[in-house]
Amino acid sequence: MTETPSVLVIGGGSTGCGIVRDLAMRGLDVTLVEKGNLTHGTTGRMHGLLHSGGRYAVSDQPSARECIEENRVLRRIATHCVEMTGGLFVQRPEDDDEYFEEKLQGCRDCGIPAEVLSGEEAREMEPYLAKDVKRAIRVPDGAIDPFRLCVANAADAIDRGARVETHAEVVDVLVENGEIVGVEVEHGEKDIGIGKGEPGTREKLYADYVVNATGAWAGQIGDMAGVDVAVRPSKGVMTIMNVRQVDTVVNRCRPKGDADIIVPHETTCILGTTDEEVEDPEDYPEEGWEVDLMIDTLSELVPMLSEARTIRSFWGVRPLYEPPGTGTVDPTDITRDFFLLDHADRDGLPGMASIVGGKLTTYRMMAEKISNHVCEKLGVEATCRTAEEPLPGSSDFSVLREWMDEFGIRSPVGRRSAQRLGSRTDDVLGGWDGPNPVVCDCEAVTRAEIHDAIDHSGTDLNAVRIRTRSSMGNCQGAFCCHRMANELIHDHDELVVRDSLDELYQERWKGERHALWGEQLSQAMLKHMLHATTMNRDGDPAASDSAVDFAAFDVGASPSAAAGGTTGDDPDRAATDGGREGENADS
Amino acid sequence: MPIREDVLVVGGGLAAATAALAARETGKSVRLVAHKKSTLRQASGLIDVLGYVDGDGPRADPYGAMADLPDDHPYRLVGEEGVREGLRIFDDAVGDAYAGGHTDTNALVPTYGGTVKPTARYPNSVAPGLASIDEDALFVGFESTTDFSAPVVADHVVAAGVPFEARGVTIPFPIRFRDDARASRFARALDRDETTDDGRGVRRVLAEAVEEHLTDEERVGFPAMLGDDHDAEVREELESRLGVSVFEVPTGPPSLLGLKLEDRLFEALDEAGVRLSTGNPAVGYEADGDRIEAVYVDRKRKEIPYHAEQFVLATGGLVGKGIGSDRERVTEPVFDCYVPHSEDRYDWSESAAFGDHAFARFGVVPDEEMRPTTASGEPEFANLRAAGGVVGGADVAREKSASGVSLATAAVAGGRAGEEA
Repeated sequence: MTETPSVLVIGGGSTGCGIVRDLAMRGLDVTLVEKGNLTHGTTGRMHGLLHSGGRYAVSDQPSARECIEENRVLRRIATHCVEMTGGLFVQRPEDDDEYFEEKLQGCRDCGIPAEVLSGEEAREMEPYLAKDVKRAIRVPDGAIDPFRLCVANAADAIDRGARVETHAEVVDVLVENGEIVGVEVEHGEKDIGIGKGEPGTREKLYADYVVNATGAWAGQIGDMAGVDVAVRPSKGVMTIMNVRQVDTVVNRCRPKGDADIIVPHETTCILGTTDEEVEDPEDYPEEGWEVDLMIDTLSELVPMLSEARTIRSFWGVRPLYEPPGTGTVDPTDITRDFFLLDHADRDGLPGMASIVGGKLTTYRMMAEKISNHVCEKLGVEATCRTAEEPLPGSSDFSVLREWMDEFGIRSPVGRRSAQRLGSRTDDVLGGWDGPNPVVCDCEAVTRAEIHDAIDHSGTDLNAVRIRTRSSMGNCQGAFCCHRMANELIHDHDELVVRDSLDELYQERWKGERHALWGEQLSQAMLKHMLHATTMNRDGDPAASDSAVDFAAFDVGASPSAAAGGTTGDDPDRAATDGGREGENADS
Repeated sequence: MPIREDVLVVGGGLAAATAALAARETGKSVRLVAHKKSTLRQASGLIDVLGYVDGDGPRADPYGAMADLPDDHPYRLVGEEGVREGLRIFDDAVGDAYAGGHTDTNALVPTYGGTVKPTARYPNSVAPGLASIDEDALFVGFESTTDFSAPVVADHVVAAGVPFEARGVTIPFPIRFRDDARASRFARALDRDETTDDGRGVRRVLAEAVEEHLTDEERVGFPAMLGDDHDAEVREELESRLGVSVFEVPTGPPSLLGLKLEDRLFEALDEAGVRLSTGNPAVGYEADGDRIEAVYVDRKRKEIPYHAEQFVLATGGLVGKGIGSDRERVTEPVFDCYVPHSEDRYDWSESAAFGDHAFARFGVVPDEEMRPTTASGEPEFANLRAAGGVVGGADVAREKSASGVSLATAAVAGGRAGEEA
């Protein structure tokens, strides 16, 4: 054993990133491995709600109390990831009065600030609410950017000496003498992502303790170690609108149900969700009726949604867990609490703990508890400081100002950039040399931000996307996928540019397929025309096995005459001779 | 007095203009009603006829390739004759601004995505850049343009196996604009030969900057922003200063080559005596039995009838909104013509981004006279024809046939409408 105890964390979602930061702050030697990008799993596939706790104020009060506590912490330490929109629990005429009162009382019992608004007052806040909305409870819900949050946690951990390996999939859990001693990972084929691993190789990583923070995938890691972790993955759909129909989180105030929340998120609104158990967290049906259900049901709260434009839909899987023997049938009844399974106590296999359940809002608190557990196991005495120390990007709020003069970019663009980057604005924009044009128009992402993201995530444009929001707007990458890829040419060859572009383009298409009607279908056709027709990316001879017989094609009407410079009419000479360009002549 | 013509064309793009010109050639009175700016500003400005059939290509002989198309393809209806007629009308309309008419063979043009693509007609400024010409090329891009990366284009073109060497360099434009200035700003500076900081003309400073990088290349390619009104002059001066030929690489929106084509087409319409009513959408029609009497155009919430004997629908496809859709169905909004589509919207597309998407072929189903038909194959109306993107059955994006389908269907639809009016 080295002098500094070493910990290996599996999973680059919010929990894993939270743990790696926490342990690195406590001075441990810690490594995080993630098979895809950071946020690749559940974290990157949530609706971005920062819970006030109101949602659980009736059904699960301990969770509700944790939520409001962490809501306050994150507003302090993750300023640049949070937008405090406020939230409403909206009651329609057909919704139960008794439940409304229960919700209100529940909020108050849990210390969640809650205020009753009349229908009229609610509509004053959110003009597009249905005319017949009866009342609402106002709570401090917010929106949080899970991508930015994870990146900030990981970046801080790296600054404190942690190793973070993305695109490193665990292929085996190493057991020696009845004890878990590490994992074997396979580094991705291509040189993408961050970390030190050699592409396409396998690597054994040993550690004094292993934390399985893979959420819905925890059972798969458990299998490799030979222990049973019975996660119940439950899928939920989220549909993204092209604009913010509401600026406040709007919840339906009724016991439970599908399609009951609208979260304003950056330039969009996200409609959610369903809750349906699935067998495999990687492979489950994504169906059109789920999208229709979101639009049709939530139109009861905000009628204009029925005619509004959606830009894509995506599905996430919750890592639900309940202790053996509980026997809950409906996944919506399973607790949102999290569980730490110590495999030494539980299975007689020391060296590893698995984390299951939980919510993004309480990721930090979970990370704290798990880190306490790890430290206790390793005999380390160090206290948690994650609730006090701001994340990188959130340390100095005063940098959120207009950057127009400073960096020569237009004011709304500068504001958007500064909001995304928080206190890192100066580092990213201030350090940029050369023109800084907008690369993604929909989300106002500039070249400097793209390069900052490339510096931290390599050639993986999907990782660049989640760091910057580039290609996530209305056009879904029609106008910017290739521009993002073009930025790679500074340090990479053309084939890398092309592969990265193809991967990003396909990823964007995957979710857009669930929004193909009306305006978005029109937009998709334009995108198809630009990339297939104008650029001919689908019929690219460079990507084809058969060679093109160039000689069989037109060489122009008069190829030799087309070459210039033979006329003898040299304007420079004309100028110095006092000719027609005399006014522009060199002096 | 009510507005009345022999032929009324609804639409404002390539197909509408061509249909109007075809109808006008029969000597009848023709009016074109167009709503918004056409989608030409989003198009490359190239005139593709047919480059691929079912993913197989690029094909050098577009006419030979037509035989391999499915029976319901618009080309199979109009035949080679229809395509040639469309190209003839186009060539007449644009005059010597375009090249390619000297041969039936496709040209391969470098694209701003770095590939090469087969096309039948191309602007003169594009001609020296053709991929089959055995001359080494230097591609030049500007630091602040994000759409066009000269090193990417050059290396990618080489990867396609072209018979020449290519390099790409990125230089600052001699005048510093706002970082995200549009292509049109660069074009205007070159048009006017604006002066740089040291008081010299921008064309000259640009040529000198390029010359520094030029080794033994015989041609230089720029993104298509070399002037607008005085584009020929700009290119000539650059060629003369550099001593090599200069060409443009077609770009995406806002596409100056597309906009110039639009201007040229509208000039041709004007010269031919086609009447133009622009800025208001067609929203409905009035019919007597199976004949349309008038199309209603919405002007400040008032519905104005435009009467005619014959009508041509050239409102575009999904992009131009000539074809509409909602979660349940696909429609043709003006006349509600039949548009075949699956009931399950997930059948409209494929999971591969460049798959064989059904949506790409959405459109009305024409008979041999280009009359949209009902589900049972009867003409929707006796005096309504369709042309361009609103016509279904062709995957113009994969085939590289968008302009050709517009020209050919418009030649037939417009010509027949004129004859019968």
